[in-house]
Amino acid sequence: MDIVLHKDEPSAGERDAVDAVLGPPDSRWVGALTTSDRDRRVARGGHAARAQRHLLLPVLHAVQGRAGWISPGALNYICQRLTIPPAEAYGVATFYALFSLEPQPPAVAHVCTDIACMAGGAERLCAELEDWIGPKGGHHGSNGAGPGEDPIWLESPCLGMCEMAPVAMVSLAGEEPHEVSVGHAEADDIAALLAGGDAPAPFAPKVPQAGDPGLRLLARVGRVDPASVDSYRADGGYEALRAALEMGEQGVLREISDSKLVGRGGAAFPTGTKWEAVAAHPTRPHYLICNADESEPGTFKDRVLLEHDPFTVIEAMTIAGFATGCEHGYLYVRGEYPLAWERLVGAITEARARGFLGQDIFGQGINFDIELRKGAGAYICGEETALFNSIEGYRGEPRNKPPFPTEHGLFDKPTVVNNVETLVNVPGIVLEGGKAYARIGTEDSKGTRLFCVSGRVEQPGLYEAPFGITLREVLDMAGGVIDGRPLRTILLGGAAGRFVTPDELDVEMSFEATREAGVSMGSGVVMVVDHTVEMPAILMRLAAFFRDESCGQCVPCRVGTVRQEEALARLSNGRPRGSQEQEYALLDEITASMRDSSICGLGQMAADAIESALRKLDVFETGGQR
Amino acid sequence: MILLWGSNAREAHPIFFHHMLKAIHAGAQMYAVDPRRTTSAQWADTWLGLNVGSDIALANAMAREIVHAGLHNREFIERGTTGFESYVASLAPYSLERGEELSGIPADVIKDVAHTYARAERAQICWTLGITEHHNAVDNVLALINLALLTGHVGRYGSGLNPLRGQNNVQGGGDMGAIPNRLPGFQDLETDPEAVAKFERVWDTKLTTHYGWHMTEMFEAMERGELTTLFVLGENPVQSDADAHHVKKLIGGLEHFVVQDIFLTATAQLADVVLPASASWAESEGTVTNSERRVQRCRKALDAPGQARDDTRILIDLAARLGHEWVYESSEEIWDELRSLAPNHAGMSYARLEELGGIQWPCYDEDKLEPPFLHGRLWVQPLQGPPATFHVVEDDPPVDKLSKEFPLRLTTGRRLDSFNTGVQTGGYTSPLRRPEELELSTTDAAELGVGDGDRVRITSRNGAVEAPVRVDHALRPGLAFMTLHFPDEVETNILTLNNTDPKSGTAEFKATAIRVEALVPAEPEDTSDAADPATHVAQPR
Repeated sequence: MDIVLHKDEPSAGERDAVDAVLGPPDSRWVGALTTSDRDRRVARGGHAARAQRHLLLPVLHAVQGRAGWISPGALNYICQRLTIPPAEAYGVATFYALFSLEPQPPAVAHVCTDIACMAGGAERLCAELEDWIGPKGGHHGSNGAGPGEDPIWLESPCLGMCEMAPVAMVSLAGEEPHEVSVGHAEADDIAALLAGGDAPAPFAPKVPQAGDPGLRLLARVGRVDPASVDSYRADGGYEALRAALEMGEQGVLREISDSKLVGRGGAAFPTGTKWEAVAAHPTRPHYLICNADESEPGTFKDRVLLEHDPFTVIEAMTIAGFATGCEHGYLYVRGEYPLAWERLVGAITEARARGFLGQDIFGQGINFDIELRKGAGAYICGEETALFNSIEGYRGEPRNKPPFPTEHGLFDKPTVVNNVETLVNVPGIVLEGGKAYARIGTEDSKGTRLFCVSGRVEQPGLYEAPFGITLREVLDMAGGVIDGRPLRTILLGGAAGRFVTPDELDVEMSFEATREAGVSMGSGVVMVVDHTVEMPAILMRLAAFFRDESCGQCVPCRVGTVRQEEALARLSNGRPRGSQEQEYALLDEITASMRDSSICGLGQMAADAIESALRKLDVFETGGQR
Repeated sequence: MILLWGSNAREAHPIFFHHMLKAIHAGAQMYAVDPRRTTSAQWADTWLGLNVGSDIALANAMAREIVHAGLHNREFIERGTTGFESYVASLAPYSLERGEELSGIPADVIKDVAHTYARAERAQICWTLGITEHHNAVDNVLALINLALLTGHVGRYGSGLNPLRGQNNVQGGGDMGAIPNRLPGFQDLETDPEAVAKFERVWDTKLTTHYGWHMTEMFEAMERGELTTLFVLGENPVQSDADAHHVKKLIGGLEHFVVQDIFLTATAQLADVVLPASASWAESEGTVTNSERRVQRCRKALDAPGQARDDTRILIDLAARLGHEWVYESSEEIWDELRSLAPNHAGMSYARLEELGGIQWPCYDEDKLEPPFLHGRLWVQPLQGPPATFHVVEDDPPVDKLSKEFPLRLTTGRRLDSFNTGVQTGGYTSPLRRPEELELSTTDAAELGVGDGDRVRITSRNGAVEAPVRVDHALRPGLAFMTLHFPDEVETNILTLNNTDPKSGTAEFKATAIRVEALVPAEPEDTSDAADPATHVAQPR
């Protein structure tokens, strides 16, 4: 590929960071500092060079972690190393919120101001941070000469720790970059961390049901040491993989199909159908992806599983890989989950060292290994085809479907993509059999479901219950609305879900019943709102979220999310263009356009929650519901 | 697998390269052999930066390695070729080590390209002027042909030998008999009396049955005073040929000089008579034949401006003045006459060309299409026609030797946004356009104490020019590069020596020994007329 590079040079530190991922450059043509005699005669490139494109995201992370931002010189060096045109690399780097292409100090706090934290004191936290650190964003040095080395804080979309609102994530760039999540955050703690203070001990899981023998998905949370494969094995770990190898690929596929397990990421697609399609596909290799890019505001279930039970996820992936003929699995974790990342790195390393990953697992001739990938702040990358592009080193823009991932997925190969929660169901199904599993739940919704309960509730946390439980029962499990206050509404299913009113609480939590009721469980978000939270502010935050997270690829979503936010802003300010009715009519039209013609679910569902609020709740005090 | 040899197709043959990229994106491997790591070579899986003019040494070392490793196609060699034994014997000195010594390519890389080429299911060698603009051009081509014969990469779909044509109709010119030894349809003037008789019958005239002169020989004849009248059509030797001074002098000595062109080129400006022609792609009817031998119709969309006329009409009128009445009502009539005389084109009626969007020759009959590749006969048992011959060729470095006095090797080439001497591209602006520069390696520039934009004097054994410098980090020390796109700024071809291959008549544009001297900063040259197309000269090649 003929690439026109800039003249900017990387710093020694940036060069080291890139080389730490890619190894040292082997010729002047890819950025070595000296020219060898061989370089004057030979250059290797072409397919081999372009095949490294998938390393772009890890390398960008390395540079961001080292320098706190990605300088033109560093980007230039990356392009040279990976044979990527600078414009494309720039397009990828700017796609992600956690990468800065502008100078940024090494210490940055990302403070969640999304809806769950709004209900949990984010506003107060931000005000205090202004006192402690300064106004948000670029904190200019005292000489006013631009961004200096002083720490800054930035507003962030949902950090996936809603049960501990308000929360923040502190990023510290340098030779040993690290990130720390802070739950129940206080401004002084954040300031101390930014100044290089010691990180607090990792928080304990908020699983109020812990110890309940009825738990299936959360059974090991808090019980097993997430850093020890021995602790995991002592708790029955890896028995399912052994059983799976004994029953063979077809046996596993049969059990999964019999279980009627469906995807927990939101789309509820039958897992067995997906697995069988990939297993039977003649094209090789097959890829398995565990989608842990959990970014739906209000969702934190996958984070809890990854942090506190990483081995179950790894074992489940291994079983899935075995059943579907994948030797290579990717585990794509969102960039805002430093503790989950750290524990997965440890767990995968240990599993590999013990022969549970790699070549010839259990001496059965089965090969399977997992490559960890870290997202960088892009909600859309949770969409499976956007996830492929992200792993492959392209902008995380969704692809058109069909073709479907089971035929043309990652690297254009047949690919299984499963959510963390879906996979965590697998070992249990293998051990007890699909038919037994299918006896749990309702007619069309089998097994148990995780509920991420947050907001104005007595006991926020992660809950597990069989399908068929009512929303009221979920709310009761969490102790009801805080201080026994009256409920205003529940946002069910996340930002892409819908608001539910107090008189709809008896809706049964099953795919069939929620569909019937015109709501959605989505990713299991149950965000409780009372009258202390301003509804217009919540809707504005939702609208801002979708506007910000729209990848911009297709017009209905790119333009629609902006128009939606503008109309809501006018309504919130009490200055509708024309009448309120005219604004509502405009919003309806925008909603219809996005729903009908967006490429992916983000645009199709970007108006769902807002529309449901405007219909059911008297958000703008018109004196009645729409 | 594509072996791109002596070709910067990315810039010089962009349409072809676009097709090549499709193959690359579909998984084809590409190896590029070129002294410079050109933009084409940057697409390669491996670039081999050989010494200028060491192509035969590299090809022979590859061949020896292929035989040594037993990767040659014994079946094909036995069935379809001759001369294998003496060829193999001639390869003996070309060990990998010797190949490295002569070409500069590391032995392991020669081995790699040899094995990859030999083992490929389908492999093509594509070449252009990096092979042919040498004093031993034909031998260079034969060295590549030997590789194809050795491995059986010929006469099969997807395999073959592919000299890229520089223009849409270079192939067509030769097909139509605009070469000194062949009649239309490549029928030999001296060895095919039947064909000659056929033409004489249809044309109702007696033909001279000996080969004519090719262009270089014509200039030699001019020098001897044997050629005194010259008629040039759509060619512009004053700026495109090697040793430009000499060409100008010879043309000045002609008794009568006629140029037929669509531009008033530098050559046309020397003519006694200029015949303004129409632009073939938009202002006349006819056919063109591209690099893959595909004959395509071109159609008249516009009337030619002013007094410009269709080339055929000019020639018909000229024939009439010379006492021959050529009666053709249409271009189709001329084409049908050609089809009746040239078996290669017999099956290509206008209607069929239209229907199929072009047809590759040979096309012997109207009901049938031949395979899209040539030489399939070499695979047929028993062999039809003569076997293909291995030719013994030896390493023969450039004539213009490097010396203390001329220590740098200048090679010339082209850039994407300019076409030859710029007649047809100089009138357009391009964001990529750069003025003529001498490209030097970082090391050589540092030794001379010059940087980007500094003017230098470039001297060869043939002449001297001045040009600004551009430092190219991709060039290796000892190698320098210039284009020929801006003859009005820098007459690069004053430097190039007229060391011509006796077999093809092509000059060694690719290998000139030069020395470079820094000049004290001078007044910038006035290049305001550089954008005037009429002062630039095109030359088909």
